[in-house]
Amino acid sequence: MNIAVLLKQVPDTTAKITVSNGKVDENSVNKWSMSPYDEYALESGLQMKEKTGGVLIAIACGPERNKKMLTDAAAVGADTLIHISANGIFDSIQVQNFLAAVIKKNEVDVVLCGKQAADTNSGSTGPGVAEILGAACVTMVSEVSFVENDFISVRPSVSGTEKVSTNGISVFTFDKGVSELRRPNVRGIMMAKKKVIETIKPEDLGLEEIDSQRVILQSQNSPPEKEPGQIYEGIEEIPSIISKLRNEANVI
Amino acid sequence: MKFTIIAETNGDVLHPTTYQLIGAISNIGAESTVICPNGKGSSEASKIKGVEKIISVNGDCFDLFDGGAWASAINSVCEGTVVISASPNGREIGSIIAAKRNIPIIQDVTGISSGITVTRPIYSGKATETLKITGESVITLRPNAFENADVGNEAPISVINQTTDLRVAIIEAINKASERLDVTEADIVISGGRGMGSIDNFSHLESIADSLDAAVGASRAVVDEWGMPHRMQVGQTGKTVSPSLYIAVGISGAIQHLAGMRSSKYIVAINKDPDAPIFTIADYGIVASWEDALPILKSELMKL
Repeated sequence: MNIAVLLKQVPDTTAKITVSNGKVDENSVNKWSMSPYDEYALESGLQMKEKTGGVLIAIACGPERNKKMLTDAAAVGADTLIHISANGIFDSIQVQNFLAAVIKKNEVDVVLCGKQAADTNSGSTGPGVAEILGAACVTMVSEVSFVENDFISVRPSVSGTEKVSTNGISVFTFDKGVSELRRPNVRGIMMAKKKVIETIKPEDLGLEEIDSQRVILQSQNSPPEKEPGQIYEGIEEIPSIISKLRNEANVI
Repeated sequence: MKFTIIAETNGDVLHPTTYQLIGAISNIGAESTVICPNGKGSSEASKIKGVEKIISVNGDCFDLFDGGAWASAINSVCEGTVVISASPNGREIGSIIAAKRNIPIIQDVTGISSGITVTRPIYSGKATETLKITGESVITLRPNAFENADVGNEAPISVINQTTDLRVAIIEAINKASERLDVTEADIVISGGRGMGSIDNFSHLESIADSLDAAVGASRAVVDEWGMPHRMQVGQTGKTVSPSLYIAVGISGAIQHLAGMRSSKYIVAINKDPDAPIFTIADYGIVASWEDALPILKSELMKL
């Protein structure tokens, strides 16, 4: 079984995001990490690989620094590392086309990724890639297994959770998973350093690497500043706060 | 420019978000076609101002959620810019429709103006971006970020039947006995953090939540360390909420937590540490322990 895991490198969730001249300053990001939900996709992929004797293909799209994240994935067990080297400003469908082309080329049986990335918070990639591949798609899963030719996954439902099955090539996007994430051991880290990363450019896939003409970034900004609030020592003001929330703000 | 809105439903009726989707488009001076999956809420939607016509798309595929099947059934009647809620299902259906039409999708939009220019939070609210869209796209709108459209209309309803193959089958439903409101749905959220001392003390938050019809949320620390359900987690790796009132109790306000709740309309913070970062974004801060503050908060609320 060929298991593809789509990984995105994002500013660590603890990183401060600074904006200068109408643009987020990526150079000031002190730490880049694998997007948190992608870590659960990777863990589930590793478990599926162990159970089925499959091959885990880690795929990342973005600038050079993504190679570090792919090496990190190899340290916990990813077999094949593919870096789609692309530096432009792409819209969702462009990125999905890059990823889908690599997935097709590698004859993948199942695709796992996070439910959304910690930078764009969108959640477009998994379902979009599924559509391009003609694959079934289940989003926000907490676990996936392969049982007698079907993929069985667990997703939230209106009344709790539900177990669903899909057949044939399937895409799963992960919410927080049920399994603990594994940590790399020393041997894994050493082996990973020797692992070759296959670098592919969009033009190698018959696609163009040009900035999106359909979605044009006008500006990025810091979130609107809130007016400083009123801070009170002790509990004496609670009645007046409740009264303001009730009578002025109308929120209770 | 044409707009097609895909209605969000809640059982057999419209979800309140649908009024916001219609309101957002009507505010930029456009009328919309509203698609009601399986006809649900169609007569209610036809009465909303700003709706030009309703299309009920009916079919067996709507019996369960399969984003791919829903998108296939809906896509053929979509025209122009497609607008849908940034709910989990809306995001999935929207993404698939965008891929079918080979057009971009812009998710979780919180501001829209004609042209079309949209604003959306990025990095979980640590920044925002403004994008100019040329040509067709799919746009998902954040719930509660737009005003409701008014009622007072009689838009025509047409019905089409679609047959689409389902790719997903439900093999087991696991019901959870949780009647608590979801943090993303509630108008008021009261959240606890490590300062609550232990998981048992969340019962104090729950009893206040019950009196306010509020949802109970939690910080990442208590979800990770005390095993509270992840669905309660507010923050960058949990839920992003924008209720009218957010009450943070014993939450220091790590950057990840602030990212998930900073767009709340009013924020009240209770923390015994006067330097807790949560106070930097609170409208009202109470420097006190929860043990002191919650009883009086509760008794004051009971008086209302």
